[in-house]
Amino acid sequence: MPEHKTLATTGNLVVAEAMRQCAPDVVAAYPITPQTTMVEEFAKFVAQGRVHTEYVTVESEHSAMSACIGASAAGARVMTATSAQGLALMWEELYIASGMRLPIVMANANRALSAPINIHCDHSDIMGARDAGWIILFAETAQEAYDNTLISLKVAEDSEVLLPAMTCLDGFITTHSIDRVDLLDDETVKGFVGQYEPDSPLLDDENPVSHGNFAGLGGPYFEFKRSQRNAIDRSKAVVERVGAEFAEISGRPFGLVETDMMDDADVAIVVIGSSAGNARYVAKQMRTEGIKAGVVKVRCFRPFPAREIAEALKGMKAVAVLDRSESFGAEGGPLYLEVRSALYDLEARVPVVNYIYGLGGSDVQLELMHQVYTDLSDIASGAAQSAGLRYLGSR
Amino acid sequence: MRWDISKMNTWKAEEFPRGAMIPQAGNSCDYVTGGWRSDRPWRNVETCTNCLICWIFCPDSAIAVQDEKLADEWVNLDHCKGCGICANECPVEAITMVPEGCDISEVK
Repeated sequence: MPEHKTLATTGNLVVAEAMRQCAPDVVAAYPITPQTTMVEEFAKFVAQGRVHTEYVTVESEHSAMSACIGASAAGARVMTATSAQGLALMWEELYIASGMRLPIVMANANRALSAPINIHCDHSDIMGARDAGWIILFAETAQEAYDNTLISLKVAEDSEVLLPAMTCLDGFITTHSIDRVDLLDDETVKGFVGQYEPDSPLLDDENPVSHGNFAGLGGPYFEFKRSQRNAIDRSKAVVERVGAEFAEISGRPFGLVETDMMDDADVAIVVIGSSAGNARYVAKQMRTEGIKAGVVKVRCFRPFPAREIAEALKGMKAVAVLDRSESFGAEGGPLYLEVRSALYDLEARVPVVNYIYGLGGSDVQLELMHQVYTDLSDIASGAAQSAGLRYLGSR
Repeated sequence: MRWDISKMNTWKAEEFPRGAMIPQAGNSCDYVTGGWRSDRPWRNVETCTNCLICWIFCPDSAIAVQDEKLADEWVNLDHCKGCGICANECPVEAITMVPEGCDISEVK
């Protein structure tokens, strides 16, 4: 086991530390709450000479991602970070980064989108970008935020993948709360992520190439989208492989989907991010009350692990999918839609209900998780019908 | 080796370079754009003084010159997009834009 140190620190600070250890050639970023302390910390590393990165201070997130795209096409290892309105302002560049197959890694501090203005946690920002062609990993804890950052870089730069990747952590809950984190030493991280060898970079003047080209007027745009689909499909095995390699060096297992108490569970909560801890704590309580409760945490959202989720939920008597974002006008939140679709091909039908919770940082109290498991238990026993979409803890 | 794009219209998704990258410089000659044209330049050889202003102004370098005069095949119709700049700039109005149907097989 390599040397490591244990710190009491925040999600933002350990993502900055992971970025320093990855030694990106270029970081172009714009500060936004609750990501700010992450890029401030990284800027400090640059100022102290602890990492030799070209740190580009830009005037907006639109420019931040544009600069990242140019730098990545030039052949640089590129990282950045944003949140909420910043991610929204990057919207067109997100698609350009993935369409140009540039392995940019970005941390997102999950935060509610305006209006009304709100700076606290939910997943509206990242769920709005879920179809942008990025690999998306979610952290439950600061530890996972650190681990996911390293894993996502290695996945993004894999020659089988070459896609941008987002590593998401819950705003304030994970970005700012003090947590226990084990860090790997610099040499171990360097060995794990390896040296980035760009394929066909713009700055190779021996072999001039052109990036960002036109494919319209009956051109092969459709074919490029198909190869992008193939790449993100391929990335699933790469995420698993790199996650397993990371588990080897860190001693911390990584799963696309991580389950707790599911072996004998009757009812389950499917959840993303920091609330998985709340669900796990309450699931243990429920078991003392005779309800066999389990938790399914989705750690990798893109590519979506549909098969693994179906496998985990097979045979459940009732399942609740918790969405920390809205998909207004849809039948439920984004996670619900995909989980329910993943269950469609199972032989036996699994009843699934959807809860929208915690929008704009609304407190995810343990009583709410208790209520969900109680509802599930009633549905499982036939005492209640599934009620469709519900707002959990909202007046 | 020169990047051969002549069969591009039959390539499957994985045969294209990743991310719409063009992996080689100087291949715009191989990329036929004449099919974009709706009007074709027609030259009145009686009026033309071979001043070569059309050759200077053509944004696609589609005007062919031989021995300091316009060549007999004076427009490369594989690349002329029919923009009409030559007709507009001709000082003796020797060039007229005439409508045509698309008659180029390798339309891209």
